[in-house]
Amino acid sequence: MTKVLMKGNEAVGAAAIAAGCHYFFGYPITPQSEVPEYMSRELPKVGGAYVQAESEVAAINMVYGAAGSGARVMTSSSSPGIALKQEGISYCAGAELPCVIVDMMRGGPGLGTIQPAQSDYFLATRGGGNGDYRLIVLAPADVQELVDLVMEGFDLADLYRTPVMILGDGMIGQMMEPVEFRYQARTDLPEKDWATRGKGKGKQRNVINSLYLQAEELEKHNHHLQAKYAKIRENEKKVEEYNIEGADIVITAYGTTSRIAKTAIAKLEKEGYKVGMIRPISLYPFPNEAYEKIGDDCKGVLTVEMSTGQMIDDVKLSLQGRIPTYFHGRSGGMVPEPEEIVEKVKEILGGDK
Amino acid sequence: MAIVFEKTKGLTDKPTHYCPGCTHGIIHRLVAEVMEEMDLLDEAIGVAPVGCSVLAYDYFNVDMHEAAHGRAPAVATGIKRVHPKNFVFTYQGDGDLASIGTAEIVHAAHRGERFTTIFVNNAIYGMTGGQMAPTTLIGQKTTTSPYGREEATTGKPIKMSEMLATIDGAKFVERVAVNTPANIRKAKKAIREAFKVQLEGKGFGIVEILSTCPTNWGLTPVEAMKWLEKDMIPYYPLGNFKKPEEVE
Repeated sequence: MTKVLMKGNEAVGAAAIAAGCHYFFGYPITPQSEVPEYMSRELPKVGGAYVQAESEVAAINMVYGAAGSGARVMTSSSSPGIALKQEGISYCAGAELPCVIVDMMRGGPGLGTIQPAQSDYFLATRGGGNGDYRLIVLAPADVQELVDLVMEGFDLADLYRTPVMILGDGMIGQMMEPVEFRYQARTDLPEKDWATRGKGKGKQRNVINSLYLQAEELEKHNHHLQAKYAKIRENEKKVEEYNIEGADIVITAYGTTSRIAKTAIAKLEKEGYKVGMIRPISLYPFPNEAYEKIGDDCKGVLTVEMSTGQMIDDVKLSLQGRIPTYFHGRSGGMVPEPEEIVEKVKEILGGDK
Repeated sequence: MAIVFEKTKGLTDKPTHYCPGCTHGIIHRLVAEVMEEMDLLDEAIGVAPVGCSVLAYDYFNVDMHEAAHGRAPAVATGIKRVHPKNFVFTYQGDGDLASIGTAEIVHAAHRGERFTTIFVNNAIYGMTGGQMAPTTLIGQKTTTSPYGREEATTGKPIKMSEMLATIDGAKFVERVAVNTPANIRKAKKAIREAFKVQLEGKGFGIVEILSTCPTNWGLTPVEAMKWLEKDMIPYYPLGNFKKPEEVE
């Protein structure tokens, strides 16, 4: 298949439609508005429906209705809009509804800015809404990976009956890169016999629900969800590893920041430094085993983020105090320069190569 | 022996949790009977959001979605876009529809979504224990208007049917009550007409049903029916606000 040049946000839409998503409910917000724009243009051509909701709150609840009706469905937004969607995301997790939610992160808190950031890591991986739930969170570092993860995201959502979040940032959403639609859909997906289509069409009357008034029943439901998350942790960790063994320092970063870190590593290698890298692709489940491969003689693990330090919590949990951890972050829409990372590494190693 | 009366197949056998004297039971039965009579039970998908009727998924014998507070019209929009040929309805209270869910109901009507809303207005938050709603009458005492609702600080009770009737996409708007046998028959007729508007693809329809809440009003069921007639109906006039010519 030939490659086509696409802007990240448009690639999200194209990947979703290629994955069989014919329903999109959204609301404009910079820097992701090209997603609803693309869907409003392309969904009518495939017999699907685009609805511009009155709010992000309404959009995610439309997703709840469509997902409960058995359809592949997506919504997208950027940080403040994703904050508004948390109510519906929690309901989707509780009612076990598969759907894909795209967050092209921008700087915060509050209205913040429209420039890229990675400060929704906590919101995405800890469950931004109420209750004991998790999302599968996938973080692409380029537009090709964005396409692959959106397509796979729909399969994972259906396989585990859970919402999946694609965590990009304004940079990934706005940049243009060549992509191809190469993802091979899974063939082991269960039938959606739980979806509402009218009871005449199903085997039984179906109810989409997250309410369990009896404490014993809700606890049982929560245990069921936790068992599902355990299975996700067992099977769905994704990570890119580079020269971890024997590294004097390991840099860890995801998404856009990982690309900047790679540039920094290339410079450091030319100067003779032994630098490894861990790039989590799935942020939940977090690929903690990758960090266990780091040798005890490694002098430090440097987490680089476009935030004031969020993923570093998971890095520390993975290392369990075994190796010193360091942090370099820019926030508010500022993007780190490779030179800053190079300097930080030199500072940590104190000139030791 | 010949059967002269049967419970509608539109309701399950589950005993409801509603308080004695509450008119949710009457309204459930009307909605279920009309669905059965119009042969909609196999294709219907209902949405019941947070409020006294949040457990309606246990009572209506059709596919159901429980929904977040106020969001039923958004959920129904998602359902109807996926299954445009299915019959879809929401069953919402006044705290839900007239307060936290005003954006959702106004814009569902505005888009002309082809589903039907059953709006149960009892002028109070029932499920949470009798707090003031936007629909609470002036002077009415509730747990959050202990001195009686006061216009100066809380405004006047909101008239949702009148407001929604101004929206082009809303094709059927009627207010009914379930306080007398005659009014119950009129309510059933309005529900049937609103469902017909959806089935004919004309647009959004809503039936507002004035209902009692003896428990939170602090009245006996009989007194509650009288209060509905003497206090609610004069402020919330019954009647049709809008319907397509064909169903007249």
